Amino acid sequence: MNPVGLFSAFRVQQKRTENAYTCSLVLNDSLPDALPGQFVMAWLPGIDERPFSLSDNDPVRITVADVGSFSHALNQLQPGDYLWLRGPLGRGFISRGRSHLLLGGGYGAAPLSFLAKSLCAQGNQVGVCLGARSRADLLLVEEFSSLGCQVWLATEDGSAGKQGLLTALLPEAQNALKPETVYACGPIGMLTTMAAWARTAGLPAQLSFEGVMRCGVGLCGSCELPETTCQQLGLAPGFLVCHDGPVGEISPNHFS
Amino acid sequence: MLTPELNCSFLGMNLTNPLVLASGILGTSPSLMERMALSGAAAITSKSCGPEARAGHPNPVTVAWDCGVLNAIGLTNPGARAEVPLLRETKQRLAALGVPLFASIFAPRLEDYGEVARIIAEAEPDLIEVNISCPNVASEFGTPFSASAESAAAVTRTVRKAVNLPISIKLAPNVPEISLIAQAVVEEGADAITAINTMPAMLIDATAAKPVLSNRTGGLSGPALKPIALRCVYEIAQAVSVPIIGTGGLSSGIDAAEMLMAGATLVGIGSVVINDGPSVFSRICTELATFMKDNGYAQLGDVRGKALT
Repeated sequence: MNPVGLFSAFRVQQKRTENAYTCSLVLNDSLPDALPGQFVMAWLPGIDERPFSLSDNDPVRITVADVGSFSHALNQLQPGDYLWLRGPLGRGFISRGRSHLLLGGGYGAAPLSFLAKSLCAQGNQVGVCLGARSRADLLLVEEFSSLGCQVWLATEDGSAGKQGLLTALLPEAQNALKPETVYACGPIGMLTTMAAWARTAGLPAQLSFEGVMRCGVGLCGSCELPETTCQQLGLAPGFLVCHDGPVGEISPNHFS
Repeated sequence: MLTPELNCSFLGMNLTNPLVLASGILGTSPSLMERMALSGAAAITSKSCGPEARAGHPNPVTVAWDCGVLNAIGLTNPGARAEVPLLRETKQRLAALGVPLFASIFAPRLEDYGEVARIIAEAEPDLIEVNISCPNVASEFGTPFSASAESAAAVTRTVRKAVNLPISIKLAPNVPEISLIAQAVVEEGADAITAINTMPAMLIDATAAKPVLSNRTGGLSGPALKPIALRCVYEIAQAVSVPIIGTGGLSSGIDAAEMLMAGATLVGIGSVVINDGPSVFSRICTELATFMKDNGYAQLGDVRGKALT
């Protein structure tokens, strides 16, 4: 019925430290046909199962901040250990145009690294704005640079890049890059600010949402976006993050 | 031949087609239920609601494989009092579309069923579906009331006394003689029967050496359940004369026709949403109409019960 609906066992091949509380788990295989922006449900038997966006798929990589009991357990995994995944699930980003602006707030940088890799491999022009509380919280900055992306940084305490919110970087990045599409992943406040800006700029936006994920396959309804958020962004009501998203596409004409 | 008619009548309600959104599938909010109605579901069943709020089981709660879906969500719901305004809002939105609302209820104890039904009746749903057969809460609630004719009849009697709305009792497949249970609930005043709930089942991950679901067991749905559902509905239809909402593993218009032929009046659609999303309803309607046209059936009444004779 659904070939991606059962768990597959992967082994951790490499564990890479990204910052003081975040690591990337590089696994021993790829997921067939996985697209940037899609997610997997990661399971540790007897502990929990949670959604993670793919931060790469050659091989599979998930980037995990140690912020709760499950993410702590993931951070304890060592090379050779099993990790079970079902997926890829949901709808990912769709490349539109040749020049792309990516916005990652905090952990939101993770799925954008897979997107940037894919866009750069196709010879596109890619700019990335990354924001966090401080320099120590920024993620994957060197990876984006090494892919050949132009990178802008913002931190709330001013310890790296521009002081302030990530969205303050938008005008400068737009002038430099002249993007045809903007892509964003991060807290909901950042996404709505970005969507409002994109509308003013007349640009289509693709936003990656977070939801409370249980079934992950569009049956249980727990990841529905609030109706007010849908109205604000011009998405059809009843938007399911797992089935209609995680990436929602917003045309500048439909934003209200 | 003219395009076949898919409209039908059920307990005095007029439906544009025989497809009902089954309980437990996206029936959690007014916006989602409205979305399913706009997508072509002719009636909507809300997610089962009990006396108190329940978070449900921890993840993993759902897995899918080639033959179907296994789930143990664990009756996640906000509790009857909090459910009433949600159902009122849903009822208002669905009424504007001419789509009836079936409100599903459950309770851990026999005596709670009447109270939950009374509270939910305040939202004025078009029917109360009485879930006595959830397979995923036995560790908390004990053996489901669907397991015997006596306990199924007792729940029906309690709900019948509590409300004047039409009631449908949702039966379990894992019983020796489902027709005896159907007869018992009809004798106690059930207006309809919903058959069937999911089948208790288990999947084990070999590398993990553990059951996949946190609840260990779950309810099997999807294509693997269809032959069981057809057999149950076929037997119930021969035993009672009330209408049946035939549910279980249906994923195409031909599946729907088969369920109608087994004796169902309406056809529940659930797990197949995993493949198509909400657009599944229009696809199944189109396929059912095509099947009927190709085989010379002008209306649903000509298909219904065809396999019984």
